[in-house]
Amino acid sequence: MSLATEQAPPQVRRHAAPPRRTAGQRWRYAGTVAIFLLPSLIPLTLFTLVPMAGSLWVSLHEWDLLQPMRWVGLANYVELLGEEETRAAFLHTLYFIAGYLPLVYAGGLGLAMLLNRAMKGRNLFRAVYFLPVITSWVVVALMWKWLLNPASGIVNWALGLLGIDGPGWWTDPTWAMPSIILASAWKDLGFVMIILLAGLQAIPGEYHEAARVDGASAWQRFRSITLPLLSPSTFFVVVISLINGFQVFDQVHVMTGGGPGGATQVAVEQVYKMTFEYGRAGAASALSWLLFAVVLLVTLVQVRGQRRWVNYG
Amino acid sequence: MAKALKYLVVVAGALVMLFPFAWAVITSLTPDGAVLASPPDFTPEGAGLGAYERLLEAMPFWRILANSLWIGLASTALQLITSAMAAYAFARLPFPGRGALFAVYLATLMVPLQVLIVPLFIEMRTFQLTDTYFAVLAPTVASAFGVFLLRQAIQQVPREFDEAAVLDGAGHLRIFAFVVLPLIRPALATFAIFAFMASWNSYLWPLVILRSPEFFTLPLGLAELHGRFTTEWNVVMAGSVVSVVPILILYLFAQKHVIASVAQSGLK
Repeated sequence: MSLATEQAPPQVRRHAAPPRRTAGQRWRYAGTVAIFLLPSLIPLTLFTLVPMAGSLWVSLHEWDLLQPMRWVGLANYVELLGEEETRAAFLHTLYFIAGYLPLVYAGGLGLAMLLNRAMKGRNLFRAVYFLPVITSWVVVALMWKWLLNPASGIVNWALGLLGIDGPGWWTDPTWAMPSIILASAWKDLGFVMIILLAGLQAIPGEYHEAARVDGASAWQRFRSITLPLLSPSTFFVVVISLINGFQVFDQVHVMTGGGPGGATQVAVEQVYKMTFEYGRAGAASALSWLLFAVVLLVTLVQVRGQRRWVNYG
Repeated sequence: MAKALKYLVVVAGALVMLFPFAWAVITSLTPDGAVLASPPDFTPEGAGLGAYERLLEAMPFWRILANSLWIGLASTALQLITSAMAAYAFARLPFPGRGALFAVYLATLMVPLQVLIVPLFIEMRTFQLTDTYFAVLAPTVASAFGVFLLRQAIQQVPREFDEAAVLDGAGHLRIFAFVVLPLIRPALATFAIFAFMASWNSYLWPLVILRSPEFFTLPLGLAELHGRFTTEWNVVMAGSVVSVVPILILYLFAQKHVIASVAQSGLK
């Protein structure tokens, strides 16, 4: 069901402009508009627009949340750009994305293709794969922290049965990020699978049959039919995953708290610590805007670049 | 042959999805001394509900569970109402500056929560609202995403329906409530599912704004529990298990719709 097929037929916009009214009617109309709009506009203003402006304002100050704010202009931004910690935070975030996105996409696509054909118990499998998606991040993080417990975790025990000496997972700076990536991919696999499965099911079966008649191999059909026609769903998954990936926090905060030794200190974790632990609320706001700028830039680049590879048929 | 292999992969994958849950249940039933035993015990001797009893002693768990439930429901209901009404205004009530205001809504969609937490925290502190239900709920009441989603749905309702109602003398409030809302029920359901899941899973904002356990939501309560019972995984898993159950029950009822909603979101 694409948007195009669902849209109502074009029609004459008879009500595009309100008809001429007397002053009293105009006031009543304004009142009606206000009744509909204000329940949303007031909280949006108070809890999103004002804080946005406030965040920009705070980012231009030095502040520990307690003493009066001290104006520093753009110094926070300049300072952050030169700080080793900022670079590290962004690198860790990128590391997370680089591990998470391919894993969750390849896994999700594989599963979606397996489940695309008629198969006994397909709905049951779909429901099972989707189970972690509805589970909260904190629960997922705790379950995996226990599974990946270095000394008593069941994963290292199973590895031991295979003769492999399991790593220290989230207690080891080298393995902490892979642990978080693993837990995150496990949680989101079902989400990606469902999106891609819906995309696959929108591909008309005749295409594959025609190609088969022409003697195309399974791999050729995958390359020339499935992947191109799936590109809108892929695009959606990539955009959403990148936005979420840059903002990764819950699972990191629960599994490692940015440790060990700062090995998993991602951008939002850094914002959190700067605000509530390091007494640098001003710089934290500046960092959150830098992060926003990066996300916005990455998203815009993708939206612009989509013409080259996304096929909307 | 290929079919059998396919089944094998799908079933193995499903086991990978289910095993962490099963292991959490087993761990939660394990008595205190045996949790860290090696090799792990799949049928622990003296299995029982001891960890659950300790969980209830350690924190006001039922209260926290109730908090999560009612905050989730209230947040969802409020978002549905405010978003549907604003969406109606954007779709059906022309007024000067409407396009610009809608652009502002769209712009806020892109602003991540962490940009807002410092000033939001200050705002709440200024009005002495930290550590209250109000502070947890308030920032979720308006949803730009909801306005966007529902506006699209309302635009697809043929105007002939509205006009017929106008001829019957109905005002906008009645058209909204009795003509438009029933026709956009699928979109409302989709948005309700997303809104509830977002509230249910929300961690960062409650973490920042709440201090007292009696106001905690589940994610916060569990994280705090883990902080106190670092090595007592049976208690931590008991908390995890109990907090999964309510959403699991909801999921069993709404499973088809939840999956259909998510599937659809990717096609737009």
